[in-house]
Amino acid sequence: MTTITMGKALNEALRDALRDDPRVLVYGEDVGRLGGVFRVTDGLRAEFGEERVFDTPLAESTIAAIAVGLAIKGFHPVAEMQFDAFSYPAFNQITSNLAKYHTRTQGACNMQAVIRIPYGGNIGAVEHHSESPETYYVHTAGLKVVTPSTPADAYGLLRAAIADPDPVIFLEPKARYWSRQDLDLPAPPLPLDRAQIVRPGTDGTIIAYGPTVQVALAAAEAAEAEGASLEVVDLRSLSPLDLDTLSASVRKTKRAVVVHEAPVFMGIGAEIAARLMHDLFDVLAAPVERVGSATVPYPPARVEKLFLPDADRVLEAVDRTRQY
Amino acid sequence: MVDTLGARAAHDSHPADPIAAMVNADGLLTAEAERAANISDDVLRDLYRRMAICRRLDQEGLNLQRQGELGLWGPIAGHEAAQVGAAMAMAETDWIFPYYRDFAMTICRGVDPGIAMTWFRGLTHGAWNPYEHRLGPLIISVGTQVPHAVGFAIGCKLDHEPTAVLVGFGEGSTSTGDWHEAMNFAGVFKAPVVFLCENNQWAISVPMREQVAGRVADRAAGYGFPGLRIDGSDVLTVYTVVRAAADRARHGEGPYLVEALTYRFQAHTTSDDPTRYRTDADVEPWRAKDSIARATARLRDRGAFSDDFERAVAAEAEETALAMRATLLSAATPHPGQAFDLVFANPPASLLREQAEFVAELEPGSAE
Ligand SMILES: Cc1ncc(C[n+]2csc(CCOP(=O)(O)OP(=O)(O)O)c2C)c(N)n1
Ligand SMILES: [Mg+2]
Repeated sequence: MTTITMGKALNEALRDALRDDPRVLVYGEDVGRLGGVFRVTDGLRAEFGEERVFDTPLAESTIAAIAVGLAIKGFHPVAEMQFDAFSYPAFNQITSNLAKYHTRTQGACNMQAVIRIPYGGNIGAVEHHSESPETYYVHTAGLKVVTPSTPADAYGLLRAAIADPDPVIFLEPKARYWSRQDLDLPAPPLPLDRAQIVRPGTDGTIIAYGPTVQVALAAAEAAEAEGASLEVVDLRSLSPLDLDTLSASVRKTKRAVVVHEAPVFMGIGAEIAARLMHDLFDVLAAPVERVGSATVPYPPARVEKLFLPDADRVLEAVDRTRQY
Repeated sequence: MVDTLGARAAHDSHPADPIAAMVNADGLLTAEAERAANISDDVLRDLYRRMAICRRLDQEGLNLQRQGELGLWGPIAGHEAAQVGAAMAMAETDWIFPYYRDFAMTICRGVDPGIAMTWFRGLTHGAWNPYEHRLGPLIISVGTQVPHAVGFAIGCKLDHEPTAVLVGFGEGSTSTGDWHEAMNFAGVFKAPVVFLCENNQWAISVPMREQVAGRVADRAAGYGFPGLRIDGSDVLTVYTVVRAAADRARHGEGPYLVEALTYRFQAHTTSDDPTRYRTDADVEPWRAKDSIARATARLRDRGAFSDDFERAVAAEAEETALAMRATLLSAATPHPGQAFDLVFANPPASLLREQAEFVAELEPGSAE
């Protein structure tokens, strides 16, 4: 057992995948010599050589597009986007080709590829470095979209994503890169389609993922001090959504609050609220509440905290569900 | 990757391009290059035969669309030499990544014409298994197939395979970011790719001069490899030049850009009305360059063309067109539930559930 950060857990997952599967390639901007701007690929080029871990020209669309070509050739590419908003130049290749190639080739070509995207805010960055692009990707059929909240999940989900025959958008909550956990590695892969109850409770369910799981846990902790027992569900997978786990939790607690950094409008919370309303209409004690950013471009660093969900805003939302 | 840093920098300036020396100022194969290439009469006759068949199939495509049997047809008339010449120049083990107009390439790769046509009938987004024909699917999103070909070629290089990759696109596609990015990646990674620009003078209604500043072929220089403009309606030139470029790629000498100048005789697609942007007088000068007439002339010069041969090819073309129609019209409409089967190799349970609900709704009373 060692204490490692999420960044290091991801690094170990890449290392173990490169070691176990000779078809795995790791590439992107600055991933070779530098080891990535977040050091997630640190040391991999030295260990596996520059044919398997390589820097590319600065062109996200083609970084995604060569994943298509390499996957047709039978490689298992793992491409890094340097930051969330810099995945947008790759959007057309991801949605029009990577996501559709399996359908387009009648199932002949597997797109066993992973696009890693550091995402989310709270790191005091300049524009384009703090966005939450998940809704864009989950709205595209043909992509699996997952996001870890802990070092253990980061390792297990990334191993599973690389081994899965389908394209996976792997969203890494960058503010959590330095979070630590005691871990035994290597660990088995985690399922790509399962949410996890990270804190059991009875009076309401907080649904979170990636960077907001810690926020939800902090809120649940604070609520407990005031005598309320809140369950926290970590989605882990954003597409598909593990509605079974969500429904089972909310069936028990009768109240739900969805928390994400992305704007509330048309966010993941909208789909979850609609599903819960439909499936548990006769069970819900209150409307599903959502906590997220406003419908504004990601704000400048000095004011970002006003827009990001925090425990207080989550608890206010929980209180609203308890007014019924 | 693949190259050390030194090697990557080393092809900043390439030495005099021997392929460029194969054509004259009009982009036509020189007599000397023709002798050196030593293309047999049989090969030239086969190129003629394939072009003639594809032209007949193209006509049948128009007929089928007018009869309501195809949702859309994208005519290839004018592209026969570029497509047949380039596709046949590639070794069987090479790969081709076509764009939507590369119908003749698909036929050259052995796809049954009637099956290929199911794409235009609206039965499928992809009519063949790429691995069976070493042929990617037709790509509609303009320019986006170009970096796929480059990625595949990088993979060939990583696998130390002597495989070359051909990618087709129009001159309009050379305006896209993906095209330029792919050219740059190919140059940096010295990928074994032959870029084939089928420059037919039009991107729907936009003429070449409003699409391309300068010449497409010259753009290769900016990416560290050679480019060459050739007469794209002369099949022997296309075949010989592309074959040399593919050989070069297979020998590790990196990418090559071929700009095949030609013309689109028909509408962009059956949804287009070319009278809004060009006149018959615009088209006329290009008709004189017609690829099939020119292949005929070349064969006659060699004493390798006869009336019997011409008749036999015409008969085969007719037969192929009839067979294509029959195959197309008997192709089954896919069960709508199949759309769900194709999304993933490893579908999540939630999608299978959605599929069951979808199918049950379509077929009330079914046992789902
Ligand atoms: C990204 C994209 N934008 C627009 C279109 C619509 N479109 C289809 S073909 C075409 C013109 C393409 O011209 P060119 O590349 O020269 O090929 P050609 O059709 O002449 O063979 C356009 C604008 C498209 N398919 N994809
Ligand atoms: Mg064109």
